[in-house]
Amino acid sequence: MYAQLVKSEGLKSREDMSPEERDFQDRVDNGEKIEPKDWMPEGYRKTLIRQIGQHAHSEIVGQLPEGNWITRAPTLERKAILLAKVQDEAGHGLYLYSAAETLGVSRDELLEKLHSGKMKYSSIFNYPTLNWADIGAVGWLVDGAAIMNQVPLQRTSFGPYSRAMIRICKEESFHQRQGYAIMMKMAAGTPEQKDMAQDALNRFWFPSLMMFGPSDKDSVHSAQSMAWKIKMNTNDELRQKFVNETVPQADYLGLKVPDDKLAWNEDKQGYDFSEPDWSEFFEVIKGNGPCNRERLNARVKAWDDGAWFREGLNAYADKAADRRKAAAVAAE
Amino acid sequence: MSGAQTTDAELKADPFMNDDAIRAAFFEWLCRMGDNALILGHRTSEWCGHGPVLEEDIALANTALDLIGHTQMWLGLAGEVEGKGRDADDLAYLRDAMKFHNLLLVELPKGDMAVTIMREFLFDAYHHLLLKWLAEHSTSPRVAEIAAKALKEVSYHLDRASDIVVRLGDGTEESHRRMQEALELLWPYTGEMFAGDNVDAALSGAGIAPELTGLQGLWDEDVRSILDEATLKTPEPGGYAHLGGKQGRHTEHLGFILAEMQFLQRAYPGASW
Repeated sequence: MYAQLVKSEGLKSREDMSPEERDFQDRVDNGEKIEPKDWMPEGYRKTLIRQIGQHAHSEIVGQLPEGNWITRAPTLERKAILLAKVQDEAGHGLYLYSAAETLGVSRDELLEKLHSGKMKYSSIFNYPTLNWADIGAVGWLVDGAAIMNQVPLQRTSFGPYSRAMIRICKEESFHQRQGYAIMMKMAAGTPEQKDMAQDALNRFWFPSLMMFGPSDKDSVHSAQSMAWKIKMNTNDELRQKFVNETVPQADYLGLKVPDDKLAWNEDKQGYDFSEPDWSEFFEVIKGNGPCNRERLNARVKAWDDGAWFREGLNAYADKAADRRKAAAVAAE
Repeated sequence: MSGAQTTDAELKADPFMNDDAIRAAFFEWLCRMGDNALILGHRTSEWCGHGPVLEEDIALANTALDLIGHTQMWLGLAGEVEGKGRDADDLAYLRDAMKFHNLLLVELPKGDMAVTIMREFLFDAYHHLLLKWLAEHSTSPRVAEIAAKALKEVSYHLDRASDIVVRLGDGTEESHRRMQEALELLWPYTGEMFAGDNVDAALSGAGIAPELTGLQGLWDEDVRSILDEATLKTPEPGGYAHLGGKQGRHTEHLGFILAEMQFLQRAYPGASW
């Protein structure tokens, strides 16, 4: 769930809908998949482009904090696993940009919007990875939080998005397990390693809770997206589920979740926990997180430095096409 | 099944695993194979998240991943041959620069994509010939087995790098210029691939590895044919060659690679990760 604060429209009542909109809503309600060539309300298309685009951007910006440790991974096996994982994230970006392209927006257009700051990526990737246990914590908590949202999105109404999610979820659950495996090794390691693990949890706990987006009472875009089945659960539902599943995992590691108010609530069969600092969240979204500038600059630099490379390949492809044409003419 | 059993028996019967006469040279040669893969893998992995286009980012990470896999196999075998209880991680993370035996070519900074791709092409063309010989002719079954596995991946690396060299060489004026500059920068580092020493002589004498001079002619032909297609000017053969990497005398760059790569193992000795 790498999509937060995706702007959508106010929920339309059935009486306000055109006949086409009513038919469309019926298909969604019946669990039918909407395919790219099917009629769809303009708002559905736009909201999906924003959501899938933001998700795709999150995958490729998300390569950076983890990529930060590839050259420093402590064993050859850890290095290979991390490389494979970060490469998977790039692959997820590729599926998602392709899914967005079926809605009539090119990858280049979406990238231009990322680079100019018109489109966002998940707030979580604006936090730094400072010690090796952060690589474990990102897999365990960040991929874990993403899975909470992405598993239900496998049932989303838009066919290409749903199919991309099915592939992505298979890999993400593997990522989460590899992250937890690192945490287990660190938590059971030397005192210094255990300190790294606790430090990573301390820094990533609240930013991970923020990944689900603001509290439902402040979440203005949800109702229409939920009616269209491009958002399957509310932010607070998913956050609660994440906390319920993650706290016992932290206990198993012997690490302390950095929240003094955390307590099991027998009545709701879930944990009570502190809300993240939402003012920090909105600052990060605005561009004031610890790594916003570095992350965006890195993406823009990669794109700008690569311009000659892309132009070279395109020029060759054009020449090759001309040569084929000339050869065909000569053969006639 | 019977095939697999035969292979297992052959592997156990590798005559060089306990041969004191060749042990030191064999160990050093295996480190050269592993170190080339490790250091080139490191340089290639530096692109992860920073590639010029998503497909290329993925391909470079894939290549780096293959090379780290080869490192595990070569250095793992090196540790067995040495017989002092060191494994692939010990060799990768706990040797200093003078004990590394990679070619200077692979430790040079990654530069722009022209340098990265041209280096990969020049190295792959050599790597591919070497692995093919080892897989088909090595008298060491253990070496032949690793080479056969690595060869499948390196064939693909070579195809991909050759294809991009042709496209960028014959692309725009700028891509052509950058590729020609990269070629001229890297060319003096290619001579080391074929500059044999007593380790190479011992290995080729035992039939474990080929005569390097035998590979050079084939490499010249393969490389020239791709560079011609790319409309790039191949530098004159026989020019100055930077040497020393194979014997542990490196550029200043390797120390920084190792400082970064080995940081955790050095800062927290004995920890398990």
